[in-house]
Amino acid sequence: MKLTLRIWRQSGATGRLVEYPMDDLSPDMSFLEALDVLNERLITSGQEPVAFDHDCREGICGMCGMMINGMAHGPEKATTACQLHLRHFRDGDVVTVEPWRAEPFPVVRDLVVDRSAFDRIVAAGGYISVPTGSAPDAHATPVPKPDADTAFEAAACIGCGACVAACPNGSAMLFTAAKATHLGVLPQGQPERYSRARDMVAEHDASGFGGCTNTGECTSACPKGIPLTTIARLNADLLRAHTTRSDR
Amino acid sequence: MDTIGLYRTTVGKKVVMAVTGAGMLLYVVVHMLGNLTVFSGPDAINGYGHWLRDIGVVWPTRVALLACVALHFVAAYQLTAKARRARGRYEHRRRVQGSYAARTMRWGGVIIALFVVYHLLDLTVGWLNPNGVPGEIHANVVADFRHWYVVLAYTVAVLALGFHIRHGVWSATQTLGVTTSRVIGLGVAVTICAGFLSVPFAVFTGLVS
Repeated sequence: MKLTLRIWRQSGATGRLVEYPMDDLSPDMSFLEALDVLNERLITSGQEPVAFDHDCREGICGMCGMMINGMAHGPEKATTACQLHLRHFRDGDVVTVEPWRAEPFPVVRDLVVDRSAFDRIVAAGGYISVPTGSAPDAHATPVPKPDADTAFEAAACIGCGACVAACPNGSAMLFTAAKATHLGVLPQGQPERYSRARDMVAEHDASGFGGCTNTGECTSACPKGIPLTTIARLNADLLRAHTTRSDR
Repeated sequence: MDTIGLYRTTVGKKVVMAVTGAGMLLYVVVHMLGNLTVFSGPDAINGYGHWLRDIGVVWPTRVALLACVALHFVAAYQLTAKARRARGRYEHRRRVQGSYAARTMRWGGVIIALFVVYHLLDLTVGWLNPNGVPGEIHANVVADFRHWYVVLAYTVAVLALGFHIRHGVWSATQTLGVTTSRVIGLGVAVTICAGFLSVPFAVFTGLVS
């Protein structure tokens, strides 16, 4: 299978798209495997390989992520770049590959961006404080099934950054909302529910992300299909945090 | 209540936009219902206009609307500036898939604001109205909508308002913490468009004269 990859190459402050004709690909390869093939070729010919993030390659770690033909993680719905197979392209296609682009996601090199802003948002409130000790009984705190389902749906967020990359406002509200929701609907997350919303949104804004306009690009780009309802839930918690005296 | 702290957040600015938007939407609904009195003859709509002045709601409404417009605009401007700084610029990007209404909120809002200026000069002040006699609401309206270009201008503006409302209603409820069905926003938008457009087209087709 033949593809022409136009890949963003950047080692300093600026970069450019470089074309790599590939004619030794298999339709069964994943997109990252195509980059592996390219990199082996580049290395053996003494050139610098394309830097890209990857880890589990089974769609659950959130490391990989790139704009493929202008779409976060490529054209397939609910699919990470590592799970995207070349059979979804036509033989001879020209495929443009760029890093996530957003002010809070500076490009480190080629397709690798610095997503520390996500870590800062989680550090601001995406946790629960527990007195440590021996593990409690698994069923010590009953969780209603619908709440568990809502929490799990939000907890499926792998923090890849596709929502930010796709957002016309460079907003990370879907990520922030997913993290706030998966704790905020569970009993263990209640004590810090409102301070969590307040602190995470404050950090989100301070990191330079834009505001949400409810356009919905994020949820359609999200490889885990995190729903927009999480954002409304976060907004409700944030309003509560700022309109009540409670310091929770 | 920490109003300043809330406003500092992007969500807080959206809350201001949602609340002021709701205020303006309420006005738009009342305005539309008032317009429909034109179908009951000249006395009905002229009398309605006088009655509004008699009960003294005109100026308080204007002040409240002006405050809503100012707050709505300032918050929108600040959010747009932040989004411009935050968003990435791609060499190749597929067109944003969000609805037309969602994509045109900002410039659509500007178009509506410009239309409101024209609309005030036309039917409130009367300068741009072919008849332009204060208090003769029915005659002024009829004089306007005999001209196809006035009908066209109003149609474009009302449709822009409809799109703005369609995404605005959904987005505002989302901002205030409730995800509603998108059908609600669409229903409100269609109702308002139909209500406002019925008058110019009734005059243009000779149904109202």
